Amino acid sequence: MSVVIIGGGQAGLQVADTLRTEGYGGEIHVIAEESGLPYQRPPLSKDYLAPGRAPAPLPLRGASFFVDKNITLHEGAQALAIDRAERKVRLTDGSLGYDHLVFATGARNRVLNCPGASLAGIHGLKTLTDAEALHTALPTARNIVIIGAGFIGLEFAAAALAHGCDVTVLEFAPRPMGRALTPVMGEWFAAAHRSQGVDLRLGEGIDRFEPGADGRVGAAVSTTGASYPADLVLVGIGVQPNDTLASDAGLETSNGVVVDETLRTADPAVLAIGDCASFPSAHAQVRLRLESVQNATDQARHAARTVLGANHPYTELPWFWSTQGPYRLQMAGLARPDDDTLVLGDQAAAKFSVLCFRDGVLTAVESVNAPADHMAARKLLAAGTGITRDQAETEGFTLKAAASTPLVPVVA
Amino acid sequence: MPTVTYTQPNGTQQTLQVEEGTTLMRAAVSNGIDGIIGECGGQAMCATCHVYVRPQYAQALPEISDDEDEMLDCATAERMDSSRLGCQIKIDAELSGIVVDIPAGQL
Ligand SMILES: Cc1cc2nc3c(=O)[nH]c(=O)nc-3n(C[C@H](O)[C@H](O)[C@H](O)COP(=O)(O)OP(=O)(O)OC[C@H]3O[C@@H](n4cnc5c(N)ncnc54)[C@H](O)[C@@H]3O)c2cc1C
Ligand code: FES
Repeated sequence: MSVVIIGGGQAGLQVADTLRTEGYGGEIHVIAEESGLPYQRPPLSKDYLAPGRAPAPLPLRGASFFVDKNITLHEGAQALAIDRAERKVRLTDGSLGYDHLVFATGARNRVLNCPGASLAGIHGLKTLTDAEALHTALPTARNIVIIGAGFIGLEFAAAALAHGCDVTVLEFAPRPMGRALTPVMGEWFAAAHRSQGVDLRLGEGIDRFEPGADGRVGAAVSTTGASYPADLVLVGIGVQPNDTLASDAGLETSNGVVVDETLRTADPAVLAIGDCASFPSAHAQVRLRLESVQNATDQARHAARTVLGANHPYTELPWFWSTQGPYRLQMAGLARPDDDTLVLGDQAAAKFSVLCFRDGVLTAVESVNAPADHMAARKLLAAGTGITRDQAETEGFTLKAAASTPLVPVVA
Repeated sequence: MPTVTYTQPNGTQQTLQVEEGTTLMRAAVSNGIDGIIGECGGQAMCATCHVYVRPQYAQALPEISDDEDEMLDCATAERMDSSRLGCQIKIDAELSGIVVDIPAGQL
């Protein structure tokens, strides 16, 4: 018996861990193309970039884990092709047979292809190597231009400010983090980052980069024709799932490896989880792909149980966090831009939550510096407690109080 | 180097030598101590690094921030007076020898 997991990231290691912990007796192989001990990505755009000595990367599991749990980590090996008829994976250093195969290949950064996009001084941020390059460059950088006001771009903006840099962010859309946040929260963050000193340019995309006298990047020219001096550029314009290995093996892909509600592909021996998987979301009622630690680890636990014989649908509540300087954003459920919203708390004091309602019922909560609201929201939404807008508008309503009264699920 | 002792719910103990400035969570995760997960990477966002600090070390601990306080309220295992998030406690000379108890569950 053997499970082969392609990808040694957050999802890949969790599926290996859960398989072993919950009694899988066969071989477990993790194919991890990045060298070194697999590490956590979230700190790379936060603590890791703080001024001072670079902290060591935070491992996902210690070295002893692989020995203790009898899990084979193929460090630095890449999976090249899959033969589903033979149930074999070809690697850079040999091949492995499998009874179950799990895609946990993650996603790669989308790259810009405008003129000048390959000049020195233009960075992306996905891997430890990327973060090391940024950590080295930040102390001497002066003018930083960030392309894209998504989570990574804005986390980086906050880090760059802490280094005393001038920071300009170009974002084509009318609001920051527009794909994930409600307009009210997006607008609040736009004002908040500006108050910290970020020059946030909305409705303005990148047209081209121009070299400076040293041949490295010297300026970023936006779609309005404005030119911004730049000695360091971060491109944070989203990611693309690593799904070509799956499509080459004849599996359906559509913005990710397509899986059903048990996280299996059309081939029952093959599963996909985490950033690379397109799955039917029980909460959004549509097929989607999420990029978060919660999604990677919860899907990993679920996939492990599917391999162990369970046949349940994956229904975990999505949640997410992002730390942007003094602002700690936490999200429970999936907000949609057209949700009806209600603000609880104090926006001016940067401690509040935005409650999102669809058809009058609570579906998501976005919180800033309000972890109690967030944790209560997770509890309420996971239980399917149908908090209505009327209830939430009642004098004295708090999410925490609502979550500590007996829960009455409205949807099974 | 300072030392930290982690106690499992079944009473077994493991003692680690840790570099000064390392958090209780990082030391545990890096050394394969069961029962401390650290899923948010030390941001006080997940409460999966919850530990109980033995009272004799309480004096030397850093103060609890509002964020840590609110997250602890929602930790999976019961919150007690001795509850802390392991990611918010950096081990220094003063805390050397600290003994913590790991709760029965973090998820
Ligand atoms: C800088 C940064 C900050 C983030 N901050 C947050 C945050 O604050 N909160 C949050 O919830 N999420 C955050 N995320 C997202 C989170 O880290 C990801 O959602 C999570 O890591 C996804 O896990 P995964 O296992 O699906 O993919 P990954 O962790 O990306 O792992 C996939 C691995 O598979 C490897 N691989 C791919 N193809 C092959 C192959 N053919 N052979 C061998 N190996 C292969 C890749 O090299 C990679 O190492 C952040 C991400 C980044 C980059
Ligand atoms: S590691 Fe997440 S709260 Fe400590």
